[in-house]
Amino acid sequence: MAYLQGSCPIVKKRQLTPTIFDFTLSCPQMAQQAQPGQFLHVKVDGFSLRRPISICRIGKEESTLRMVFEVRGEGTAALSQLREGDQVDLIGPLGNGFPLLSPDKKVVVVGGGIGVPPMLETAARYGSNATAIIGFRNQGAVILEDEFRALGCDTRLATDDGSAGFHGFVTQLLDQRLQEGKPDLICACGPAGMLKGVVKLAQEAQVPCKISLEERMGCGVGACLVCACKTVKDGREIFSHVCKDGPVFDGNEVVLE
Amino acid sequence: MTSLKVSIAGVTLKNPVITASGCCGFGQEYDKFFPMERLGGISMKGMTLLERQGNPPCRIAETPAGMLNSVGLQNPGVEAFLEKELPPLLGRDVVKIANVAGSTIEDYCGIAERLDSSAVDMLEVNISCPNVKAGGAAFGTSCETAGKVVSQMRRYTTKPMMVKLSPNVTDIVSIAKAVEDAGADAISLINTLLGMRIDINTRRPILHNNVGGLSGPAVFPVAVRMVWQVANAVKVPVVGMGGISKWQDAIEMMMAGARAIQIGAALFSDPFTPVKVLEGMEDWMERNGVKDINEIVGTVQPW
Ligand SMILES: Cc1cc2nc3c(=O)[nH]c(=O)nc-3n(C[C@H](O)[C@H](O)[C@H](O)COP(=O)(O)OP(=O)(O)OC[C@H]3O[C@@H](n4cnc5c(N)ncnc54)[C@H](O)[C@@H]3O)c2cc1C
Ligand SMILES: Cc1cc2nc3c(=O)[nH]c(=O)nc-3n(C[C@H](O)[C@H](O)[C@H](O)COP(=O)(O)O)c2cc1C
Ligand code: FES
Repeated sequence: MAYLQGSCPIVKKRQLTPTIFDFTLSCPQMAQQAQPGQFLHVKVDGFSLRRPISICRIGKEESTLRMVFEVRGEGTAALSQLREGDQVDLIGPLGNGFPLLSPDKKVVVVGGGIGVPPMLETAARYGSNATAIIGFRNQGAVILEDEFRALGCDTRLATDDGSAGFHGFVTQLLDQRLQEGKPDLICACGPAGMLKGVVKLAQEAQVPCKISLEERMGCGVGACLVCACKTVKDGREIFSHVCKDGPVFDGNEVVLE
Repeated sequence: MTSLKVSIAGVTLKNPVITASGCCGFGQEYDKFFPMERLGGISMKGMTLLERQGNPPCRIAETPAGMLNSVGLQNPGVEAFLEKELPPLLGRDVVKIANVAGSTIEDYCGIAERLDSSAVDMLEVNISCPNVKAGGAAFGTSCETAGKVVSQMRRYTTKPMMVKLSPNVTDIVSIAKAVEDAGADAISLINTLLGMRIDINTRRPILHNNVGGLSGPAVFPVAVRMVWQVANAVKVPVVGMGGISKWQDAIEMMMAGARAIQIGAALFSDPFTPVKVLEGMEDWMERNGVKDINEIVGTVQPW
């Protein structure tokens, strides 16, 4: 399939927390091709490198894609200043997303912090058959909880400090969930430490597990080889590339450090 | 009608725009944006005799008007190149340039020998990779070793050899002359300039390799200067690169003395850069009554 690039207008902008923004972009062709877990490579005026941002929701009928991002540095800060009607130069949809099982399968999605947004479209496919386990630093950082609930997902919230939901980590909630019964698939996105814990639990419970990784990117399409991540293929450690081989990998093949 | 056709070391390119090594894989990725036939040539990822995994991440850092990379020549090795990467390019109307790197002269010769009977149109001898410890740039920073690599390789290949120079030297002209004397059919420059960025919060270099190669618009004036100096000193054709991101840059680089140009980092911010550069060049030629792009090569009138 051809790669798409285009200038796409922001049709809706929301601010979810003091540092997290939510853009809905009108991009008809990209929206038709997009799958949960794929990402957009976003140009920010004045910066030489594009910023990879996951697709949070796909509006096939509305021809929109939604991305939710946190201001982390100068590029995302500049991006957050854009307004409704402004154009954003995007390449996408890029990378391999989460596997698409039949919607009646039992799927657990696990998101930590800014790793939560890509899990929303993934959970949407399974609706009430999905368990959404989402974790944040504190109550002020909680995003998208109501949307997981609105999709009918069995939504379980954790915060590190206990200011909302369960006091603890998403891995503890995942452990509980796995004791209730074996799901068909676990999908996760979040910090490396969290992913490590998720993969370990999945392996113990012998449940297939897919995780979405982050690495700094250049091209975003597999041509420059900068986005290396360590994986094991045929018993051998090699550097795969997050943009092209991922960002979603099998939990068993990634070497998380 | 304007003619964009150029000839480098006996190889004809339908236009002077080439995508730069390490920035366009083995040609397949950007082919999904626009057909590779639009390009004069593609210079493929630097290859070594045996597979290399490259450096651990992080391998890229943003800089003002550019970027640093420290990929460290991750590549599948020459055999896998011939088996998997080259076949899909057969029958595609674009000049195929194999970028060759090694840590010993024997490595360079081994690859040259292996590629001699292949469909590759030209070798680009990379004696300028700043990201591998032994070799690469080590060869490109002394006239003696630079010349030796080229003269030894000559014995193993009938393919045209374009030697890619490192800008990390005090006297680029003497290196250029040394490789020309040793039998280079063309010279390309510049590879990346060695640079570094530090994360002030962690007090750690951003790149795991600590240092990496700078490219992008930031290096353009350095590249123009070096191309100009080298083109004035050698007889073989010069291919210019370093920071080209728009058609004006391409014209400027050719006026400095480049017969063709390569585009690297600019692909990352705009994958259509090569196409836009070509269209811009053609427009400019028409507006200025330039019928043949070769007319402008080296036409800068120094004060
Ligand atoms: C596949 C993928 C999906 C992502 N999805 C989201 C998302 O949905 N929401 C969200 O808020 N963030 C997401 N990120 C992280 C996001 O790309 C970075 O937070 C962002 O690039 C930071 O840019 P900056 O200019 O603010 O930071 P700076 O530190 O100023 O950026 C400097 C350079 O480093 C890169 N960089 C810095 N941090 C990261 C990082 N964590 N990952 C990759 N590159 C980085 C930047 O792209 C830029 O090239 C994703 C990353 C990847 C790889
Ligand atoms: C990510 C990356 C990888 C590169 N890999 C190679 C390589 O394998 N061999 C080589 O000769 N040059 C390599 N280069 C250098 C480029 O081919 C080019 O010389 C340099 O980037 C300057 O051009 P630019 O400013 O247009 O990028 C690489 C550059 C980048 C950015
Ligand atoms: S960002 Fe270029 S290969 Fe992944």
